[in-house]
Amino acid sequence: MTNKRILLDHGSGGAASRELIESIFLPRLDNPALAKFEDSAILDLSSTRLAFTTDGYVVDPIFFPGGDIGKLAVHGTINDLAMQGAVPLGLSLALILEEGFPMADLVRLADSIAQASRESGVPVVTGDTKVVPRGKADRIFITTSGVGAVPEGIVLGSNMARPGDAVLLSGFMADHGITIMAARSGLAIQSSIESDTAPLHGLVAALLQEAGSAIRCFRDPTRGGVATVLAEIAEKSGVRIELDEKALPVRPGVATACELLGLDPLYLANEGKCIVIADPGSADSLLSRMRGTPAGRDGVRIGRVVRDDAHPGTGKVILKTAIGGRRIIGPLSGEPLPRIC
Amino acid sequence: MLPDNLSDPFRDGELSARLAEGIRAAVQRPLRLMEVCGTHTMAIFRHGIRTLLPDAVELISGPGCPVCVTSAGDIDQIIELASMPGVILTTFGDLLRVPGSSGRNLAEARAGGAEVEIVYSPADALNRARNTDRTVVFPAIGFETTIPVIAATVLEARTEGINNFFLLVSHKVVPPALEVLLADPELAVDGLLCPGHVSAIIGARAYEPLAERYGMPCVVAGFEPLDILSAILLLVRQIRAGKGEVENAYGRVVGEDGNLRARQMIERVFEPCDARWRGLGEIPGSGLALRPEFREHDARAFFGLVPRSVPEPKGCRCGEILTGKVNPRQCPLFNTRCTPTHPVGPCMVSSEGTCAAYSRYGVR
Amino acid sequence: MCLAIPMRVKEIHGQADDPASFPVAMVDENGVRKSVRLDIVDRWPEVGDYLIVHAGFAIHTLDAEEAETNLKLMREMADHVAGQSF
Repeated sequence: MTNKRILLDHGSGGAASRELIESIFLPRLDNPALAKFEDSAILDLSSTRLAFTTDGYVVDPIFFPGGDIGKLAVHGTINDLAMQGAVPLGLSLALILEEGFPMADLVRLADSIAQASRESGVPVVTGDTKVVPRGKADRIFITTSGVGAVPEGIVLGSNMARPGDAVLLSGFMADHGITIMAARSGLAIQSSIESDTAPLHGLVAALLQEAGSAIRCFRDPTRGGVATVLAEIAEKSGVRIELDEKALPVRPGVATACELLGLDPLYLANEGKCIVIADPGSADSLLSRMRGTPAGRDGVRIGRVVRDDAHPGTGKVILKTAIGGRRIIGPLSGEPLPRIC
Repeated sequence: MLPDNLSDPFRDGELSARLAEGIRAAVQRPLRLMEVCGTHTMAIFRHGIRTLLPDAVELISGPGCPVCVTSAGDIDQIIELASMPGVILTTFGDLLRVPGSSGRNLAEARAGGAEVEIVYSPADALNRARNTDRTVVFPAIGFETTIPVIAATVLEARTEGINNFFLLVSHKVVPPALEVLLADPELAVDGLLCPGHVSAIIGARAYEPLAERYGMPCVVAGFEPLDILSAILLLVRQIRAGKGEVENAYGRVVGEDGNLRARQMIERVFEPCDARWRGLGEIPGSGLALRPEFREHDARAFFGLVPRSVPEPKGCRCGEILTGKVNPRQCPLFNTRCTPTHPVGPCMVSSEGTCAAYSRYGVR
Repeated sequence: MCLAIPMRVKEIHGQADDPASFPVAMVDENGVRKSVRLDIVDRWPEVGDYLIVHAGFAIHTLDAEEAETNLKLMREMADHVAGQSF
């Protein structure tokens, strides 16, 4: 690939497009399905239930501490499948590139996507590339789809939480959200904080194996943070969730950055974390198993599900604060922004 | 031995519980305390302080959120500037969702093509101006905590000759607003929790004339749980003893005379003027304007903006809510025309203002 | 209006008596490093002091002793309460 920048020709579907894909993507994403280079990939399924997901990635900046938009796209799609208990089988990858996008950056992203795919064991089996004129897109947008097979007997749902259930979180909150916020707002903060982007299918498989029937649901708290996901679960299940502020895992540096900017870690995005709602009897063994996985080694119990007596049918999340007070945690209302007030 | 993190010791759960117990023991009758400052409102909510207080102690939110009391007219001007071709509007994040007179806000203006960038510090806004030929406008909002920061930035712009940096000045100062509130004979407030960081600049003594004239207990408070609870305890004790004095519970940050250097910086760059407060109307001498020698950085002057008087929305009862006379449910706009997603007055604009809290949580 | 947090001073660049140098302090808290302007600080800080940081500027310098004094007062208030309860 001799061009230093993406040209409109690269998106035309002709020789230049082919050259782009053959020189940058095929060597890196090499797998039998992709090698066939057909319009869609055929995946041989032996189980009967298919999980199917799609996502768009528009993160800015595209390269950030701990990852990039490509890595995020692979992990995010795998995680959407994993949250339903599915074994991810393959991903599609569609890129919309802005004319003028540096080829070196595209190569860097392709390397990252390939590495994330390889390390997760989930192939990118089909893809597409389009180029739009300069100014019509912000450098690169990525859309993915993912398919996975849900093993028999696995039934999970955000509406299945019951009073008494344990609420587990697989690790530190807000790493990704604060990384992006710090990189974006011109905050001139130097820190060792980085995105937590990671695939979760290994962790999910381990927990399902440990005590699958005890698990009500998995949810990954991406945009909107832990608070928004828990508010949704409480709403759908018609229960209340009580959280213990002292149990919420936040890295000290992340806590400081949040204080500085006036942000609440409960509402910031995570890209490699998982909430698990499970029968209390299995909570200890699940936590133990979780901590034995790379993605879940900092897993903790953060709260419990309780009956919603006062207002039947209305879900609520209540936080017991570090000083013993109580505060209601609602879902995210708008994009979290740094504040001075 | 204090840790690197100075806030932790002031979040001690055990001490908090004992202070809360002290408040319970000291309260003899229902009383109302005004937490003047928006940051106090947020801190009280964040730590769940209300749930530790006896029912007899009611905390009401005052007008101390400079963003929330920015008038619709000023927001209109900010949106007007942001929408001008070639202008980059650099702003604190807080301002993004405050509505103008038509209900439109900066976020919507941005969606409509205005270039709006969020900054953490006015120094970042000035830096933006350094790195572009385009015109950079910064809405200068904030009370005495923020005003010296902006004054220092204007001085820097002047020193370096950065002539594409402009302020839309909407600063307000706190004491005149407190004066207006306390002068109201129907004010239903027994004590004031005074803003900790504004006080770091103006000094605890600044509240003495008010305390004396109106016999109002005033306690300067910080923002950690122990700060707030100890201040409330001091207020409750004063009320019980029939006192109306100024006490400083935030001694590690606030001195009797405040920060002289910061005040000198304010005086160097700004001079007093009248200002319009959303929900409270016009308060004489409560605003600031750039002094003539710095007017080259005044956005209104540069762009020839015509001041427009935008009346308070009909039916808005924020003024009475802020003075504790009325509760949100008694306002005709509450949860009908005025909601958390489409707020009208400051009590709803502030995410933890009296009306926003009532609306979202049902209870205060 | 008032969001400001205490951060510990690790380095100082610039002179107190030379405002044109726009002096700054490098503060560090749990691995978060930031430069903080000293244009409006009330007392010139020393390394090890804390700065109250608002919008990138220091509005106040305090040392560990002042913080300890404030904390002590609150402890005394709490102790006094405990005394009354029993």
